[in-house]
Amino acid sequence: MATLSTHPDCVPVVSYRFGKGATNIDKYLELQGYESARKALTLGPDGIIAEMKVSNLRGRGGAGFPTGLKWSFVPKQSDKPKYVLVNGDESEPGTCKDRLIFEQDPHAVIEGTIIAGLSVQAKMGFIYLRGEYRYLLTIMERAVADAYAKGFLGKNIFGSGLDFDIVTQTGAGAYEVGEESALMESLEGKRGIPRIRPPFPAVVGLYGGPTIINNAETIATVPHIFRLGGAEYAKIGTERNGGTRLFCLSGHIERPGVYELPMGYNLKKMIYEVGGGIPGGKKLKAVVPGGASTPALTADEIDIGMDFDQLGKAGSMLGSGGVVVLDETTCMVEFALRTMKFYAHESCGWCIPCREGTDWLKKSLTRLHEGGAVDKDIDNIRYLAENMLGRTFCPLGDAAAMPTIAFVKKWRKEFEDHLEGKGCPYHRSHEPALALV
Amino acid sequence: MADVTLTVDGKKLSTPAGTLLIEACRSHGIEVPAFCYYPGLSLQAACRMCVVRIEKMPKLQTACTTTVAEGMIVATESPEIAQARKATIEMLLGNHPLDCPVCDAGGECELQDMTFKYGAHESKFVEIKQHRDEQQWSPVVFFDRPRCILCYRCVRVCGEGMDVWALGVQNRGAGSVIAPNRQDHLDCEECGMCIDICPVGALTSGAYRYKTRPWEMSHVGTVCTHCGDGCKTTLGVRRSNDGMDIVRGDNRDKSGINGDFLCIKGRYAFDFANREDRLTQPLVRKANGQLEPASWDQAMDFAGQRLREIRDSKGGSAIGVIGSNRTTNEEAYLLQKFARTVLATNNIDHHRTADYPAFAAALNGKVEASLRDFAGAKAILLLGNDPTEQHPGLAWQIRTSVRLQGARLYVANHRPIKLRRQATASVEIPEDGYPSLIAFLAGKPAAVAGDQNAAAFREALLKEESLLIVFGSEFRGRDIEALVQFGSTLPNVKFACLGDYANSRGAADMGLHPDLLPGYAPLSASGPFAAAWGAALPAQPGLDLPQMFDAAERGDLAALYVVGANPVARYHANPSILRNTFLVVQDMFLTETARLADVVFPAANLYEKAGTVTNTFGDLQLVKKAADRAGVRPDFELIVRLAAAMRADIKRLVSFGQRGVQADFGQARGAQSGEADRHGVWLSAQHQEPRLSPFEPFAILDEIQRLVPAYNVPRLDLLAGNDQHLRPALVQIANAASRRNLVTPSNDTLFTSGSLGSYSSTLRSVLEARQPVETAAD
Amino acid sequence: MTTLFSPALAARFDKLVTLYPIKRSALVPMLLYAQDEVGYLSDPVIAEIAERVGVTELEVRNVISYYSLLRTKPAGKYHVQVCTNISCMLRGGNEILDHCKKKLGIPNKGTTADGLFSLEEVECIGACSWAPAAQVNYDFHENLTPESIDKVLGEYRAKAEKGAAK
Repeated sequence: MATLSTHPDCVPVVSYRFGKGATNIDKYLELQGYESARKALTLGPDGIIAEMKVSNLRGRGGAGFPTGLKWSFVPKQSDKPKYVLVNGDESEPGTCKDRLIFEQDPHAVIEGTIIAGLSVQAKMGFIYLRGEYRYLLTIMERAVADAYAKGFLGKNIFGSGLDFDIVTQTGAGAYEVGEESALMESLEGKRGIPRIRPPFPAVVGLYGGPTIINNAETIATVPHIFRLGGAEYAKIGTERNGGTRLFCLSGHIERPGVYELPMGYNLKKMIYEVGGGIPGGKKLKAVVPGGASTPALTADEIDIGMDFDQLGKAGSMLGSGGVVVLDETTCMVEFALRTMKFYAHESCGWCIPCREGTDWLKKSLTRLHEGGAVDKDIDNIRYLAENMLGRTFCPLGDAAAMPTIAFVKKWRKEFEDHLEGKGCPYHRSHEPALALV
Repeated sequence: MADVTLTVDGKKLSTPAGTLLIEACRSHGIEVPAFCYYPGLSLQAACRMCVVRIEKMPKLQTACTTTVAEGMIVATESPEIAQARKATIEMLLGNHPLDCPVCDAGGECELQDMTFKYGAHESKFVEIKQHRDEQQWSPVVFFDRPRCILCYRCVRVCGEGMDVWALGVQNRGAGSVIAPNRQDHLDCEECGMCIDICPVGALTSGAYRYKTRPWEMSHVGTVCTHCGDGCKTTLGVRRSNDGMDIVRGDNRDKSGINGDFLCIKGRYAFDFANREDRLTQPLVRKANGQLEPASWDQAMDFAGQRLREIRDSKGGSAIGVIGSNRTTNEEAYLLQKFARTVLATNNIDHHRTADYPAFAAALNGKVEASLRDFAGAKAILLLGNDPTEQHPGLAWQIRTSVRLQGARLYVANHRPIKLRRQATASVEIPEDGYPSLIAFLAGKPAAVAGDQNAAAFREALLKEESLLIVFGSEFRGRDIEALVQFGSTLPNVKFACLGDYANSRGAADMGLHPDLLPGYAPLSASGPFAAAWGAALPAQPGLDLPQMFDAAERGDLAALYVVGANPVARYHANPSILRNTFLVVQDMFLTETARLADVVFPAANLYEKAGTVTNTFGDLQLVKKAADRAGVRPDFELIVRLAAAMRADIKRLVSFGQRGVQADFGQARGAQSGEADRHGVWLSAQHQEPRLSPFEPFAILDEIQRLVPAYNVPRLDLLAGNDQHLRPALVQIANAASRRNLVTPSNDTLFTSGSLGSYSSTLRSVLEARQPVETAAD
Repeated sequence: MTTLFSPALAARFDKLVTLYPIKRSALVPMLLYAQDEVGYLSDPVIAEIAERVGVTELEVRNVISYYSLLRTKPAGKYHVQVCTNISCMLRGGNEILDHCKKKLGIPNKGTTADGLFSLEEVECIGACSWAPAAQVNYDFHENLTPESIDKVLGEYRAKAEKGAAK
């Protein structure tokens, strides 16, 4: 089972109740549970959104859009019912934080969903978990049932006269469904193909109604913002990057784990102090800072604060908080190939550049890695990636293209070392793990 | 909506607010390429070919999903855009088989055209391409997966357009594939819309695949010979050893009354024309009792002489004539004129599929709905019939109006017809409940009065500000009168009466009736006709079709002339009843009727002749000669030659070279308006009239237009190929209750078409693939 | 209606379609639960589910083929899903996969002759900080080594034998 890792620099906000038995609703209540929802009820929609804006919370799914602002886009008047949708379809390679939240503090997600619902006068919320997290559905269903039993969900919640229902479900295996409009399609029982935008979900979302859709970590943070106060929360992070986030350290690192650190925490410190450095005293080659879709940083680029703005400036992204560490023995071509195999597998196939581009890149990288590539292949890989970038129907194409461009740009020498029929110059103990069809 | 002004490629455009950028560009002559965008279908933004640069937008934008905005500045061509499109095509070509030399779409492939335009000529892809074998999904539909570019046009036209939903998308990523609804085959309406809409050669038709290259065909736009909708079909024809074969039917230019639509019959059921067992020489029954080939002169002389003898000895009343639902107006008109003036008989009839005389009598100047009216309709009341099966073109227009314009459809039927899915309200009534329903709608006491659903139906219907009322052959005689009376109490109503075949309406309009002259003129008002035809006309009503058979059985019908019909099969007549009747038949095939004939003339079909036909909505359209078969003759020519063989005055029958022809070639408008005008001016300067051949149907059209007021539509527009709606006309006949039993609906389905349908191997193969179904006969 | 499912599951489905504003929303969960009970999504299962949510069988197939957890062919009783995505790859995920292939004697996507195990290389399962990891059916097994995965497989085999002995 998934547990939180700790370090003296950690600031437990979202993880405040982790490991304290808060799956039990009574325990949750002891730990200031559902107090934020009651407070939100007194604030009313405008008060909630104002507090959210003060907190400087930005979406934890990857794009980092200010949450309060997103909520404020939902029209006050609507002919169709409004909905809150919690995106727990965590699938970004390198990311395993939402899983921890659902497992350790399910009621925080429920409470956050209720507050989001209050902010726009929605009457129904959906919590969508990825299909692989089936055991979390059991936990969430139990928590929802307990909340109903306490009168926090259903008719007249908290005696307020307002109604709010929550339905939980899982997906069935599709990275693309993490894209917000694809998630709505999936929840409507369809293939997870993204929708044309505009209209945006805040105006026309689930079942055609105005919809708040946020990442699970974002929603789970909401009750803590009201517990601490928006301004207090904002103080924890850096400018325009309020609070903390759950960073998932993985790869070649001594102490992998999920750590809650303030926004803007230095990456180098995160690797060497929080994570204990590289095993075996090996040198660092690269870091993927925020899940597979974020361009990797070289060892020279890691003295950087981990927030949306600083990583953006460095040509990468904060992404989903999945920090993947690569030591000097890693073959960057193999890493690029594995990344591309993932995107080719997960491309929904809707638009030409993503469908054909990811497949072609997978094939070219395979050939490069196994020997049999010629020098124009390297430029061709970059050409394909650059012609996907910004041209696809949804961000998945960009997610596949951006890291690829960075790999070729920053580690071109390694790509060249694969040429002339040599294949991979690095020792590999396993057979090529290819053709994940 | 108000117009907005935007700038595209430096040009200022003004276009209604809400228009999609791609449409705004196209309507101003700026071509923006697209694979997935298709007007009238849902937006996809999948192919990324229509990307354009819009000022102040960070990325290229898809023109198909962008709505125009005031002051928008757009570039549709630039090196950046060309590169984006080129790369998209390169990615497609990476796995495209490039089997263009044998691909049906080669030469008219949108992927080829785009590759040519954007120069994606360098092959960057070295991996082995994914081959998949071609699949046959139905007798009509074949799928070649590697050619598919996943534009989803087929999926959408099948679902949104046809409401069939037989195609889906399965798998994801590069494994995505178009899939049929029965895993390895299709269960659908076989319309072929998916094939025609495919921008590449991924979906091909059983009828056309691997038959020809597109540039080897000539294309002739004409009217479908099957149901009464009168859809335009463009026939691709190619020279063969014995004429011109039809190799394709399509509707790609969408110029017809049917918009985008064609059903299986219009698209593929032309194949009867190419059959080997077509009659190509006259047959005469010899002394040995066998039908044997004869020369044209022998056959004509024999038939003409016998008919003359019978007329002269027994009188015209001993001769019967049965006309066709699929010949042109000119032929039908000529046939009844021949019957009345040469054979001297009113014994003329045809297989009636609707009570058009009763409709004409009831309308009597009120407005009839054109098929085009359905495209813009706000509300439609459909009574009886099952248009999905019997009038697929109408069904398409109704669905389209409901889907794209929010038209409201009201359905009353005794069966759960498919169009109910589009209905705002529907009532199910007993098969004999239509009169009662109309009474109820008209506010009279009726059996359905207590029914809440019917009450809500009526209430909603009466609120409509305009309405098209369309009814099937469930309505006849007085029921039509009652319906039109009720309808006339509502605002802005138009009516349509549904009959079954390509020119059933024309057959009725042209007077293939024993008691009615062209234009539903009663025999008592034959004066103008007698004057124009220069002959006395028989005054007594003749025998209708069943009466002719009765007369034959009694031995009172000495001769029967059947043109393009198969009454023996249609009326399940015992062949022996015609044994003492001299039978002359004109047909394409040795039908059940032709087999009994004494003389058979090989006839051309509607695709092999020129003239006009009238669809069931009263839309008059030009048919053009597309195909040809050595040895066959149009019915028009056969009738004229038979008259000649009877030594009739041909100049009276066909007004060629005779005073009174008013062929308007534009003389009135002077010498400045084109070739036809100059010719006309020259003719009148020489004191000559247009010279016409005795086989020229347009000489008869001129006469029809003079004698049948409804047909007096602008001739130049008609001859230019534009459908012309008949004029509202006053008729002098009263409703005759006796006619209602003479209507025998064909009850055709999507896959049958009377006798003709049984000669279409495409239709037969679809039926066989489903289950053995008996086909109806003409 | 007659149903292919157990009374409990059928009752769950009856309720599921009422939870959402539209019946069709129940489709994805329903397919998962049906697969859990039946083992895979057979033609009759597809037909019943299509009827339950009111869509065509084609639509159901379109949806099934989109999601990687759904299958229309049987798998082993224990479906071993080994992650080889980046975080697992860096910590020996491929070695775990290779080890499973050898140990079970089946290739990727294969099923053992006794139908007990099937093997699949999968994309990230959300265990990156505890890599390498695998899922057997829905159970997570993390921080794997060839030895520990052997133990895991052995436990499932014992569980199956115990079940069979009962």
